[in-house]
Amino acid sequence: MVVDLDRCVGCQTCTAACRQTNSTPPHVQWRKVLDVEYGDYPDVSRLFLPVGCQHCADPPCMHVCPSTATGQRDDGIVTIDYDLCIGCSYCVVACPYQARDRVDEPTYAHGDIPTPLEQLQFDEKRIGVAQKCNFCSDRVDEGVSQGLTPGVDPDATPSCVNSCIADAMHFGDIDDPESNVSKLLAENKQFRMHEELGTDPGFYYLWGNRDKEQADS
Amino acid sequence: MRFGSTVQTSWDWRAAGNFMFGGTGSALILLFAVTFFPGNPSIVLSFVALAIVGLGLFLVWLEIGRPKRFLHVFFNPKTSWMTREAFVAVLLFALVFLNVVTRQPVFMWLAGLSGLAFLYCQARMLRASKGIPAWRLQAIMPLITVTGLCEGASLLFLLLMAMGGGPVWLAYLILVLGAARALAWRHYTTKLPEENAPQAAVDVVNGINWIVLLFGSALPVLLILLPYAGLNALAAVLALLAGWFMKFTIVTKASYNQGYAISTPR
Repeated sequence: MVVDLDRCVGCQTCTAACRQTNSTPPHVQWRKVLDVEYGDYPDVSRLFLPVGCQHCADPPCMHVCPSTATGQRDDGIVTIDYDLCIGCSYCVVACPYQARDRVDEPTYAHGDIPTPLEQLQFDEKRIGVAQKCNFCSDRVDEGVSQGLTPGVDPDATPSCVNSCIADAMHFGDIDDPESNVSKLLAENKQFRMHEELGTDPGFYYLWGNRDKEQADS
Repeated sequence: MRFGSTVQTSWDWRAAGNFMFGGTGSALILLFAVTFFPGNPSIVLSFVALAIVGLGLFLVWLEIGRPKRFLHVFFNPKTSWMTREAFVAVLLFALVFLNVVTRQPVFMWLAGLSGLAFLYCQARMLRASKGIPAWRLQAIMPLITVTGLCEGASLLFLLLMAMGGGPVWLAYLILVLGAARALAWRHYTTKLPEENAPQAAVDVVNGINWIVLLFGSALPVLLILLPYAGLNALAAVLALLAGWFMKFTIVTKASYNQGYAISTPR
């Protein structure tokens, strides 16, 4: 995942799209957008920072998981098997990105009565276990099975990326040097969050490239 | 720039209870093996220690979201210290039961080693929690280990005193472990800011500094040196309670998560 912080406008459409797709409870957001002020007065600025599971190459959540519920696919997506998870929350405290939640009771947007969509999407398996972003892996898998390319074809791309109004979020195969994300990383300055912890996060933030973009245009 | 760090609420007093009682009980079994060598502790003492370890594990069971799946905890010995702790717990219980049934001291010696392994697993569990700066630092290892031993020695002293008195060296062991805990605590408080821990976590730890040092080490050491049994017992009580208080605070109060960060792009 590559997020261009110079482009993100903080509209939270990705958050809403994620909630719509994955039917997360009201207080749970697998894709959050933080409103960040930085700098020192009077030189203060603001940016919007989408966060969530970083799908680390060396995920501490997976290593600590006693039940092997947290796993890692060959394509790098970190997953949770809801049938195995015991809800010990060890992964929650092991994750340096606050990307995981555990919900013990069904909660709905409008009180005790679920909306038709919430009713349709309710999954009892998610109660009492850890949950987090899975990069819409079902959608990605379905798209790939139809010969589509993740990050290029919307039907093989996570809904947060599809919904982004500012073209700030990009998804793709970082191991393919010709992929959309590889090209973005090659052409732009970037950082990864908490890299010093050695988790090798799969979430890259492009930042500080606005001057270059303006010069190019 | 770091921001957005909050206290984790996933592991509450129930998880803290496992570190408090599990540490004390496992160290108690280790000290049984040493204190009663080459013989056996009484059956009552053995069951008291197991009850304390069991209480800690029961509290964890109360905390998990899917309690009926508790056996899944054994699925990942390859990398999870929680799984390893669970296996060691089974071994610990089995060995103590074997000692009780057969009265063969060798089972208690092995149980003592299992107790030490259990304590080590607990320390490693915290160390592996990369999301919590106050847990993940190396300095948590000696702190949790020495504190568990200090609690175990203190409780053993009290139990033996209630049963008519124990060896004199046990009082001096509390003295040594109390001093060692002060050093481990000092090391921990020094290293915590270097771990890039949120200031709020550092403040919580610094806020209990005097309690841990005074009631957990200084007073117990002083009272142990006085020739009064009642004061010696008070020393053991203080050393025990201060250890539990310290662990409870680290697990539930100082446990600020990593927060978020932006850094200079390259």
